[in-house]
Amino acid sequence: MIVGELKPIDELLKMIDGYNTILIAGCRGCVTVCNTGGEKEVSILASALRMAGRKEGKPVMIDEITLERQCDHYFVSSLRDLFEKKTYDAVVSLACSIGPQYIAEEFDNIIVLPGLNTVFMGGPVEQGIWAEYCSACGECQIHNFGGMCPVTRCAKGLLNGPCGGSFNGKCEIDNTTDCVWELIYKRLKKLGQLDLLSELVRPKDWSKSLSGGPRKMIREDLML
Amino acid sequence: MKSQTNLQTILGRGHFAVTCEVTPPLGANLDSISLIASELLGNVDAVNVNDNPSANVRMSSWAICKILLDSGIEPVMQMTTRDRNRIALQSDLLGASALDIKNVVCMTGDHPVKGDHPQAKKVFDLDSIQWIEAVKRIRDEGRLINGNKVEGIPGFFIGCVANPFVESQELHIIKLKKKVRAGAEFIQTQPVFDTKRFGIWLNMAKDHGITEKCYIIPGIIAIKSIGMAQYMSNNLPGIIIPDFVIDRLNGVPKDKQREEGIKICIDQIKELGDMKEVKGIHIMAPGPKANTAEIIERAGLLPRPQISKQSVE
Repeated sequence: MIVGELKPIDELLKMIDGYNTILIAGCRGCVTVCNTGGEKEVSILASALRMAGRKEGKPVMIDEITLERQCDHYFVSSLRDLFEKKTYDAVVSLACSIGPQYIAEEFDNIIVLPGLNTVFMGGPVEQGIWAEYCSACGECQIHNFGGMCPVTRCAKGLLNGPCGGSFNGKCEIDNTTDCVWELIYKRLKKLGQLDLLSELVRPKDWSKSLSGGPRKMIREDLML
Repeated sequence: MKSQTNLQTILGRGHFAVTCEVTPPLGANLDSISLIASELLGNVDAVNVNDNPSANVRMSSWAICKILLDSGIEPVMQMTTRDRNRIALQSDLLGASALDIKNVVCMTGDHPVKGDHPQAKKVFDLDSIQWIEAVKRIRDEGRLINGNKVEGIPGFFIGCVANPFVESQELHIIKLKKKVRAGAEFIQTQPVFDTKRFGIWLNMAKDHGITEKCYIIPGIIAIKSIGMAQYMSNNLPGIIIPDFVIDRLNGVPKDKQREEGIKICIDQIKELGDMKEVKGIHIMAPGPKANTAEIIERAGLLPRPQISKQSVE
C-alpha cells in the first residue's frame, strides 16, 4: 500500500490560514488502511481544525467527505455535485499525493491542499509501525535477492552485496533498521541459493525508474 | 605496454608497500596539505586522498591528488559512488588520467545521512563492484559502460576496500571475490586493531583465492588517546576497537597515550608484516600531526624503494 503520514497540525493551520470554508476529503484506499486518511481521520482532523480556529478567533466552516478512491477520476468527479451546491475556499485532501493532484486536474477552479505527506510504498511490520518495501524502480529483480529488495531496503541500494558499515545485523544509518543484505544472505543460504550472491549484477537501468522522467503505462488492450 | 604506477611496481616487485591517507582541506587553504606532503615525501610509496570522507564536504579528491603529484608524491584517488552517477564518475576518471592520476580506489562511500549535509540526495547509481568493473573496462577495452569507444586508453591501477571485521564473513568474502573478479588489483582494509582476527580473515581470503589475485594491504591507525578511540568506535561505521587496545592505552598516564598508540601501531605493523599474504601497510591517520612519518621510520620501513620513472610493464 501507499503509506501516508498526517502533516503536523501547525503546518496545516498555516496552509488553511485565510480560508473560511473548507472541505476535508478522505480516501477509502491505502490511507484508510494505514490509519491516516480515512473517514475517521477526516473527522478527527476536522474537529481539531475547527477547535483551533475558534481558539484563535478565526472560526472556519469545515465539511467532511470520504471518497472511495481519490486516484480514480470516476470517484473524484463525484465531488462536482457538491461543488455545484456549495463554494469552498479550499479542499484539504487526506489521500496520498495522487488524490489532491487528481482533484486539481478535475477542478481547475478549486484550491487543493495536501493534508498528508506521502511517505512510501510498504506495509505494517508490527502494530503501529510501517516500513518501506518498494521504490517502484520499474524493473523488479527481487527473485535474485531471496525475495527482498536491496534497491529500497539497502540504504545505499547496493546490488552486489553489503557495504562494510553494518553492525549487529543493522544498517550504518540507523541501528533500528535491518541490514537487508544480512537478511538476503540468511534467506538465500536457507534456500540453498547462495550461488546467486556470486553473480555480478550489472549497473541498473535507471531509465525505467523516475530517473527516466515521469512514467506512463500503456495497455492497448484496455484502450477505447 | 602501459606504464605502471609507483605503487604497482613496488607491489609487483615484491617490496612491502607503504601507503597512507590524507583528507583534503575544508576550504581553499592548502597549508595542511603542504605540511603533510613535506612530511611524507620519500617516506611513503603512495598517498590515498579521501573522497568527501564520512560524507562531509571537502576539497575534491582529484585536486589534492594533482597537488600531491606536483609535490613529488604519487596519489591514490579514492572515488565513491555516493555523490556521482556513472556519467560524472567516468568523466572524472578520464580527467584524472589526463592529470596523470593513475591509482584509483573504488568504493561505495558512507551514507549521506551520516555526513554534514544529511539532506543531500543520495546517488549510488553504481555500487563499488560495478564501478571497479567500469574502470577496468575503460582501461582494458577502451570502452565506457554504455560500450562507446574512448580515444586514448588510460592506464589505471585499480584498488578496492574491505572490512575484515564484519559479522557475516562468508557474505562479505563472496562480495570481495566479486570485487576481484570485477578487476580490483589491490585491497586496502579498514583499520586493523585485532591482528589475530585479521589473520583469520586473511586465511579465509586465501582459501577463496583472493590473495593470489590481489595485493592485500591492511590499514592501521595510531590511536592518540582514549577519547579518540571512543570517538572512532562510536562514530565510524565498521570500526571496532578491541578491549586489549583500550587496556594498553589505559595502562599508561594520559600524557604517554600518544606514545603508547604509536607503539601499538608499530607492534601491529610487525605482526601484520609477518603474515605472508600481507603485501604492504596502509597508515590511515589522516591530517597533520598524525605521526605517520615517525611510525614508518620506527617500524623500520625506511628507506622506501626508488623506482625509476621509466619503468614499464
